Parts: sequence; C-alpha cells; structure tokens
Amino acid sequence: MYCDKLSICSDHERFSCSNQIQTPSLPSCLPIYEEYHIHVARRHVTAWTKLLGMSRLESHYVATAISELANNLFFHSQSGGIIHFYHIKKNGKSGIEIIAHDKGPGIINIEQAMQDGFSTNGGLGGGLGGMQRLMDEFEITSEAGVGTDIVMRKWVT
Amino acid sequence: MKIAIMKLGEVLITALPLDLIDEDAMGFQTDLLHEINLRDAKGVVIDISALDIVDSFMARIINDSASMAVLLGVKVVVCGMQPQVATTLIEMGRELLGVEAALNLDLAMQRLLQRIDDE
Repeated sequence: MYCDKLSICSDHERFSCSNQIQTPSLPSCLPIYEEYHIHVARRHVTAWTKLLGMSRLESHYVATAISELANNLFFHSQSGGIIHFYHIKKNGKSGIEIIAHDKGPGIINIEQAMQDGFSTNGGLGGGLGGMQRLMDEFEITSEAGVGTDIVMRKWVT
Repeated sequence: MKIAIMKLGEVLITALPLDLIDEDAMGFQTDLLHEINLRDAKGVVIDISALDIVDSFMARIINDSASMAVLLGVKVVVCGMQPQVATTLIEMGRELLGVEAALNLDLAMQRLLQRIDDE
C-alpha cells in the first residue's frame, strides 16, 4: 500500500471510515502522481463527505479544497504525493481530516506562499489561501528540499 | 479530448467539460483562437454549466481563454455558472473571474448579439 508515513498527530479521535460507517468502505489514502488523479481525488472526497452527511455546500467547499491540494501535489512535486482521509470526532462533532504528504521541493517561505497572488508556476496564486478559507482548520509544515505536509479539517455542521 | 466549438451566426459557442486536463485546456485555447480567426466570429460564449467544481486551475483556464479571445477583438460572455461554484469562488477570497457573465446560454446569446449590434 502507498501509505508509508503518518507522523502528524493531533488530539482528535480518528477512525478509518470503514469502522465507523457501515456503507461501502472507502479507501483512506490516495496517491496523486498523474493528472487524472486530481479528478479521482475530487470524486473520492465527495463520496466521503456524502457518507459523513455534509451539506451540499460544505461538500463543495471540501471538494474544491482537495482539488487545489491535488493540483499542488501534481504540478509542484515531481514524484507526486499522497492524500490520507480520516473520519474524525471531537466534542461530539464529526468531520473529515485530510492529510497530504509529499517529498517535493518544499515551500521556502510559507507566509509568502499563503498570500493571494503569489505563484511560482504562473497560476493565479489563490490556492493555499483559498484552501485555508474553504476548510475549518488548516495547518502546513514544509522544509525546502524535503517536502510538504498539509493537514486540513472540515466539521459537519 | 477535443472540445467542440460550434458556430451560430456570428457567434461561437463552446462548453467546458469537468474533467479537463492541462493539455486539453491548452489545445482548447489554441482551437478557440484559430476558429475565431478562421470563421470571422464576433462573439464567443463559453458555457461552464457542466463544471461542478471550479478551482483556481480551472478559473485560470476560463479567465485566460476569455482574455485571449478579447485580445482578438471579439466579445466574450461566460455563462451558466452553478450557484455553489459562485459561492465557493467568493469564499476562496479572490475575484477569480474577471469576465462578463450571464445566467444561461439564452441570456448570454441575447447579450452578445446586442453588443455586436451596438457596434
């Protein structure tokens, strides 16, 4: 299986989707190294948000965020990356946690990269900041030359 | 994947599919400019009603395609954006689409023809 690393910890209770929900279990991680994987990730996360009972708009936010994420993994990292999905619970709230890991070039200046209008590939430069606004929680750690880890969460309201 | 570009009167009509990849997008832009040139079009309608999700990549393709056509001197109207796409684009915090928009294809055609007549 592709999941080789999961070092990021948080204080949320995590479940793999299949333990928690009886309906068809969904794989909890997806590799992104071909362009069509971006579409796969989008469809995959929509299936997740549906299972978790998110509203249409919330699903839409998450799907757009994952689309940005997968685009970044594909276009910025030569070897691609992996996205993990978790069903999480905290204080009675249910949600989805999405963890992306890559061994790409890393981000030298995260603060700058989070700003709107900053782009290294001629894009619009709204990706990272946009992801942060679409999700409820967003964390990014990166080391130049080593890779980037992104953790983001969305709670079902 | 080739994206169809249809001619109706002086207007070219085209619709973007959901699962567009970078290469197809480039091909589409080239085709569109070529068709405008070849067929002496005065207006272009880009229908985006099939797009469930518009991320910054897709927004850039829409923006760029429209801007390129405008540079050739044609009028461009983008139509059919789904409501939740509009919400998401604004929530993302950027004015990603700086092009003229219409609710649906009918209204887009009306507006284009009017603007072509005005000239």
